[in-house]
Amino acid sequence: MGLDIRLPIGMIFAIFGIMLIVFGVFSNPALYAQSLGININLLWGSVLLVFGVVMLFLGARSMFGPRPAGAANSQGREPRH
Amino acid sequence: MGLTTIDWVIMAVYFAFVLGIGAALKRYMKTSADFFLAGRSIPAWVCGLAFISANLGAQEVIGMGASGAKYGILTSHFYWIGAIPAMVFVGVFMMPFYYGSRARSVPEYLRLRFDEKTRGLNAISFATMTIFSSGISMYAMAKLIQTLHFLDAPFRRFGIPQAWIFHTGIIVSALVVLTYIYLGGLTSAIYNEVLQFFLIIAGFIPLVWLGLKNVGGWSGLKLALGPSYMHSWVGLGSPHTNRLGVEWFGLTMGLGFVLSFGYWCTDFLVVQRAMAADSMASARRTPLIAAVPKMLFPFLVILPGLIAIALPTEPPAILNGPQGSALRAPAGQGLIPAKLDATTGQPVLDSSGRPQLDYDLAVPNLLLHYFPTGILGLGLTALLASFMSGMAGNVTAFNTVWTHDIYEPYIKPNAGDAHYLMMGRLATIFGIALSIAGAYLATRFNNIMDMLQLVFAFVNAPLFATFLLGMFWKRATGHGAFIGLLSGTLAAAAHHALTIPAEAIPGVKGGWLSVLHTYPSEMAQNFWTAIFAWTTCFVVTILVSLVTQAPEESRLVGLVYSLTERPQEGNLSWYKRPAYLGAAILGVTVLLNFIFR
Repeated sequence: MGLDIRLPIGMIFAIFGIMLIVFGVFSNPALYAQSLGININLLWGSVLLVFGVVMLFLGARSMFGPRPAGAANSQGREPRH
Repeated sequence: MGLTTIDWVIMAVYFAFVLGIGAALKRYMKTSADFFLAGRSIPAWVCGLAFISANLGAQEVIGMGASGAKYGILTSHFYWIGAIPAMVFVGVFMMPFYYGSRARSVPEYLRLRFDEKTRGLNAISFATMTIFSSGISMYAMAKLIQTLHFLDAPFRRFGIPQAWIFHTGIIVSALVVLTYIYLGGLTSAIYNEVLQFFLIIAGFIPLVWLGLKNVGGWSGLKLALGPSYMHSWVGLGSPHTNRLGVEWFGLTMGLGFVLSFGYWCTDFLVVQRAMAADSMASARRTPLIAAVPKMLFPFLVILPGLIAIALPTEPPAILNGPQGSALRAPAGQGLIPAKLDATTGQPVLDSSGRPQLDYDLAVPNLLLHYFPTGILGLGLTALLASFMSGMAGNVTAFNTVWTHDIYEPYIKPNAGDAHYLMMGRLATIFGIALSIAGAYLATRFNNIMDMLQLVFAFVNAPLFATFLLGMFWKRATGHGAFIGLLSGTLAAAAHHALTIPAEAIPGVKGGWLSVLHTYPSEMAQNFWTAIFAWTTCFVVTILVSLVTQAPEESRLVGLVYSLTERPQEGNLSWYKRPAYLGAAILGVTVLLNFIFR
């Protein structure tokens, strides 16, 4: 299938990550009494962003990478995705 | 409850992506094989995650958290005994026949291996079941949105009556699932399931982390709950010494063998994901890849339930009653409130007069407890994602079985491929319309849903015996399979009619003919119903097969183990070989059982 699923996944996680980081930085610290005093938006947003970027990288490498188009389905090797 | 703009934006972004994936895939849907089988072009890891995610519906996320709160670590048996061995078996032994036979669905395999009537029976019961399952999923989602009150404020602002929250939940989820499957078929469902898989994990890891930190880690949890919650095997010697009310034999045979193999090895909902794989090797790896996260899910979905019940009990909350009136709820336990009757608003009492707990709220309440606005949007998105993936799995299984196993053979054979592709799209629409009807049926007649679930259990329990004999005994015949299946279903119904769980009233819970035996719990009764059904089907299929004419061997090549060439896997590296992978997964599962014994 022409679309590598890692691209949309990477995109949505990067977007969520950035949103949570920005919100975490500017939000009222009193909000985090609920989450045991941990700024969970900032913390988890960073994790999501890292995951998103890794997925984007992997997806982009397989879709637009240097490998010639015909090589993926050549004999004896499983398709790369 | 404090939802702010950022939570709404997160949910909106999720919906935009879900629909966007469907739209992006539309141009690849050219033939019916693209639509129903994803063109058999999906890599193994994607199929594997979809395999697990199609099963990760609401029943799983909400239900396993609820069971965790109710039964404790014992719930892990639904994973370690009740899923992993069957997933390994389907990957290593059964997938060669499903994928290799080029059948497009599980009922179609039954036609190739046995005969038309066995296929018809399976296709019709399966199609009905998927419609009601997705209806129940839809109902549960709308109900949860209503219970969590997170649409109350916006609805009030726009002057829409509160009763519409339920309808909106159903209509919006139906439209979203409809759109992305209509556009992109099975590929779209699979891609969205993978996205949903990661979202569910992203929403639940911080929840478990905060919860565990709060209760003082594993040892704190142990201290708060006591040993009856914290062991998976201790106390299984007798049904009276553990929280499930089941003994080890009923558990391993009923759940671990009959029910689990019956579901993971024969249910087209999951098998369809593996059939979409790009090669035989990938198809066989699909359930094995799925088994890895499945093995670890107890930590993600059962632990929240345990944490919710271990937390100090909150003072009785003031709830929003009907028309904004305030109700004082009786005390629950931990974060789990007492169950309130939907119509009267009064607490539901058990037979000894104590209020029952509403365990289904364990996970949602834990989310509300720990997540401030921002990540709360992510947590709710994870819940929505789980509801939608459960629904979508049923809908794609329905449109395939409807088109290939009911419409094509019985209503309009030999039409062109474009016609069946169109029928698949139409089936998506009326499948979802019927699910909506099912969801509303559930609101009106709670008992009808219970009874339907029961009938499905009767139909499903014997099925694995049919497949086992079909794949591994070349002498099994079509008449044998058909009569075996019917007798198995009858045996299940008869067992249910003659036994009853302790403290239940004869009726939908059992004992509707007469009570010959009383089980210590409903679960024990379920497991034994399955054992009786399976054994009956197995024995009757063998007996009838022996007295009917043997099938021609030439017809069974590729369908039966002894007549099929073993798939070549010499060129695969060791970590891609199904047998090695399967053995490693079973080893880790045994280890997990040992650690949490």
